[in-house]
Amino acid sequence: MFEALSYENLQIYWWIIISLLGGFLVFLLFVQGGQTLMDKLSDNEDEKAVVLNITGHKWEFTFTTLVVFGGAFFASFPLFYSTSFGGAYWVWYIILFAFIVQAVSYEYRKKKNNFLGSKTFEAFLKFNGFIAPFLLGVAVSTFFTGSPFSIHKENIVKLSSNVEAVISQWATPWHGLEALWTTEHLAFLQNILLGLAVLVLARLNALLYIRKMTDEASILAKVKKCIPRHSILFLVLFLAWFIRLLFIDGFAIHPDTHEVFMQAHKYFNNLIEMPVTLLILLAGLAGVLYGLYKANFKADEKAIWYTAVGTILTVIALFFMAGFNHTPYYPSTYDLQSSISIANSSSSRFTLITMSYVSLMVPFVLAYIIWAWRAMDAKKIDRKELEQEFEKY
Amino acid sequence: MEHINWELVDWSRAQFALTALYHWIFVPLTLGLSFMLAIMETIYVKTGDEKWLKIEKFWLKLFGINFAIGVATGIILEFEFGTNWSNYSWFVGDIFGAPLAIEGIMAFFMESTFVAIMFFGWNKVSKKTHLLATWLTAIGSNLSALWILVANGWMQNPVGMKFNPDTMRNEMADFWAVLFNPVAVNKFLHTITSAYTFAALFVIAVSAYLLLKGKDKSLAKYSMLIASVFGFVGIVATILTGDGSAKQVARYQPMKLAAMEGLKKGSRGAPLIAIGKPKHLKNEPTHKEVLKDLKGEDQLDVTVEGFEIPYGLSILAFNDPHAFVPGVDDLVFGNEKEGIPSYKERIKSGKISIEALAKYKEAKKAGDEEAAQKYLKIFREHFEDFGFGYFDGHDLNELIPPVAITFTSFHTMVILGLWFLVFFALVFRSLMRGTIEKKKWLLRLGVLGLPLGFIVQEAGWITAEAGRMPWVIQDLMPTFVAVSHLKSVSVMITFFLFFITFTALLIAELKIMSTEIKKGFSN
Ligand code: HDD
Ligand code: HEM
Ligand code: HEM
Repeated sequence: MFEALSYENLQIYWWIIISLLGGFLVFLLFVQGGQTLMDKLSDNEDEKAVVLNITGHKWEFTFTTLVVFGGAFFASFPLFYSTSFGGAYWVWYIILFAFIVQAVSYEYRKKKNNFLGSKTFEAFLKFNGFIAPFLLGVAVSTFFTGSPFSIHKENIVKLSSNVEAVISQWATPWHGLEALWTTEHLAFLQNILLGLAVLVLARLNALLYIRKMTDEASILAKVKKCIPRHSILFLVLFLAWFIRLLFIDGFAIHPDTHEVFMQAHKYFNNLIEMPVTLLILLAGLAGVLYGLYKANFKADEKAIWYTAVGTILTVIALFFMAGFNHTPYYPSTYDLQSSISIANSSSSRFTLITMSYVSLMVPFVLAYIIWAWRAMDAKKIDRKELEQEFEKY
Repeated sequence: MEHINWELVDWSRAQFALTALYHWIFVPLTLGLSFMLAIMETIYVKTGDEKWLKIEKFWLKLFGINFAIGVATGIILEFEFGTNWSNYSWFVGDIFGAPLAIEGIMAFFMESTFVAIMFFGWNKVSKKTHLLATWLTAIGSNLSALWILVANGWMQNPVGMKFNPDTMRNEMADFWAVLFNPVAVNKFLHTITSAYTFAALFVIAVSAYLLLKGKDKSLAKYSMLIASVFGFVGIVATILTGDGSAKQVARYQPMKLAAMEGLKKGSRGAPLIAIGKPKHLKNEPTHKEVLKDLKGEDQLDVTVEGFEIPYGLSILAFNDPHAFVPGVDDLVFGNEKEGIPSYKERIKSGKISIEALAKYKEAKKAGDEEAAQKYLKIFREHFEDFGFGYFDGHDLNELIPPVAITFTSFHTMVILGLWFLVFFALVFRSLMRGTIEKKKWLLRLGVLGLPLGFIVQEAGWITAEAGRMPWVIQDLMPTFVAVSHLKSVSVMITFFLFFITFTALLIAELKIMSTEIKKGFSN
């Protein structure tokens, strides 16, 4: 059945899947958000254990979504995988490192004779909690502000000249970290804003989720105090980033010549020219706002589900803005024509078709995840409940 | 090849080897123990005997400690193809990315969803559902092995693809050929059965330790019983599939086979060295300096001495005592009688292929379709040798894997594999006769089985991966073309970062694990 789709439509289909995975990933970063709040929300070890068990039961989902996000990107848009991971080396390795230390920390923190001591494992959890959302936000922001790299596919056959056979090269020795201080067009400001917005959003979603998952009065009291401040901070950071995005010059691809050039208000134009994306974005923002309203003014436990759906939709819309409508989603500031677009970075038609059949498994996977999630969340988590558990973090 | 940054290549290889070897410390236990847990829980649900629940929960605790660090070390590998082998990721990403993505979608989600139920679901879902979750975790972990080994098998024997000169990369042409690649199928079977063997060694070692300490004797013996049966079946299958692997190697990677056996000169009716010692073996670091201008074949210094089994190798490799098994010399210098071209010829042919591709591109740009087609034809005719074209041929040693390492690790694997066969049988017999507690020597050997198991597992991968040097993709892409454009010092930093972190985490794991083991079943 996927054979009937054109190459272009297959590429679009895969960009939608990548966007979906990106959306879920950003929402699931609430696990990281919760890790940054472990001290703020607890007065003693028992309460800290409650907080960490709430997020801890879900850490594998975030982790696996990140892994699958990487794998799916590799399979569908290998040129991006190759250029970005090999180029923005330090950014990605710091992110990965943050996940390595997270993976053991929940399990080992409270175990006897754990060599590094629980304080170290808590520090690992905080490192992961702060750094991963922040840098992932920065990395996504470079989809709009660009990165310094060049690509020459012919290098692979250059035997005699003095060039390495490597096709993509990064132009700064900082390998990605320069996104934090590139001053041209205030790129650093834009990147950092999104990094912070994602971090605060992760914390916000964590607050709402913890509120749903526990009855511990003293934790709840602190959660309630934190919610308004985080709501405001998130809105300020995100809107600052987003409004600025609408006004900056964006990267565009000429539909006929395929040449990349700078266009004024490119991302604003994308929204206007793609009404569906605009609708998704508005729905997403409305979801987040409604969730925040429910949380702040109605004390509704279910607020998390509105912000969850809102977060996912918003991220999807942002990915659409970055990739559709003749826009290169991974633009190069160093050599405009090296910019990576859905069209020039994807796998072959054959591979995309094959992978599309694989993607039919996704609804099935989602279904069992939702089933398992509901089964596991049917009971709240508190100190008493933890006492009886076979395993606790 | 003056512009090749060897330091970068070597650090990148070292980093990949380090991270993969670390990952592999933990994965076999996950693969095997998950099934043993499922069996134990099935017995519990079927019989309702609480003893089995107690047994399972003990091993489940250990499983969890191991699982976390397995996951931690895995994430690096997933991204390392991009970070450190970015050219590789582009050149073959069209094919190689697919199994990785499928692994994530099909296996990792399954594993991580149900493993959470295994640990936290005891009071939340029904007994039957919990049992199902345990089985699905086991199946999920083994599916993840399937897909990653399909990926690895493809690097050893690239099939099901076609080079697209317009995108300058290899593209998938036949998914089923990739999945049912004979090398991949064999690799999968050998690896999972070896993991079952390993998990059985682990369970026996821990139980033997408890028996030696006189703790929880009855439960330890039950565990041991399950493990000895599981392990015996596992090792028989491991040996059979290992033999299958050797045959695949003989067929698709003759140089690896020559290195595994330290075979310098090939022959019909080649003997097998049962136990031997590499003597004047060309060793890794020197091979770059020495032998710059190769004249006589004696300069390739590869010899192994040892106890030989006549015709053994010919039989092992081809099931035929008179089959020709090429040695390192035959492959490097060619062997007209057996129809093997020399590496010099292959290098020349590879260069023709690469240059034809460059000319094809130029002709395309100039709009000269006729010339383009002519060059395309030349390119395709010589494509078999494409990867050889990247070598300059001044030092043919660059094309030979490290023989000493490959030989030693292969023989370690085989010898220990045969020992495990005897070992499981001994343990099973003593358990059946009820004499195991008295046989302190056997219990001690049981404890020793665990380190031996680690050694054998790592040795297997070193054989497979070091033996295919210098290729990342057999005959198609050498390591130095695959690497990312980085400063070698960057890779050096990440190497040490991972080395220190993984080592610290490993120590933590071992300490936690041994503390839990000392508590025994009663806790
Ligand atoms: C308990 C572990 C264990 C044991 C006892 C054995 N192996 Fe093994 N072997 C492995 C664990 C392993 C492994 C770690 O799973 C490897 C590494 C790569 C692979 O495919 O499997 C492997 C690789 C491997 C290879 C290389 C495959 C390749 O290059 O693609 C060969 C030829 C053999 N094995 C052959 C054998 C033989 C003839 C054995 C007879 C006793 C044997 N192995 C026992
Ligand atoms: C987990 C088990 C594995 C172990 C222990 C292992 C071991 C090794 C070792 C020792 C090397 C270094 C060889 C050398 O430089 O001499 C290596 C290299 C490499 N392996 Fe593996 N390997 C494993 C699995 C895999 C798999 C499944 C893949 C692919 C899917 C893979 C891909 C590579 C690559 C790309 C390199 C680097 C390039 C090179 O030096 O060839 N490995 N591995
Ligand atoms: C070099 C290539 C490899 C890559 C890229 C890789 C990647 C990964 C990743 C990302 C994880 C974490 C998964 C999660 O989120 O739950 C993982 C875990 C795992 N991997 Fe690997 N892996 C490699 C080699 C292997 C091999 C050769 C096998 C099996 C034969 C294997 C089997 C597993 C299993 C069973 C797990 C589950 C948890 C555990 O490790 O204990 N991996 N791997």
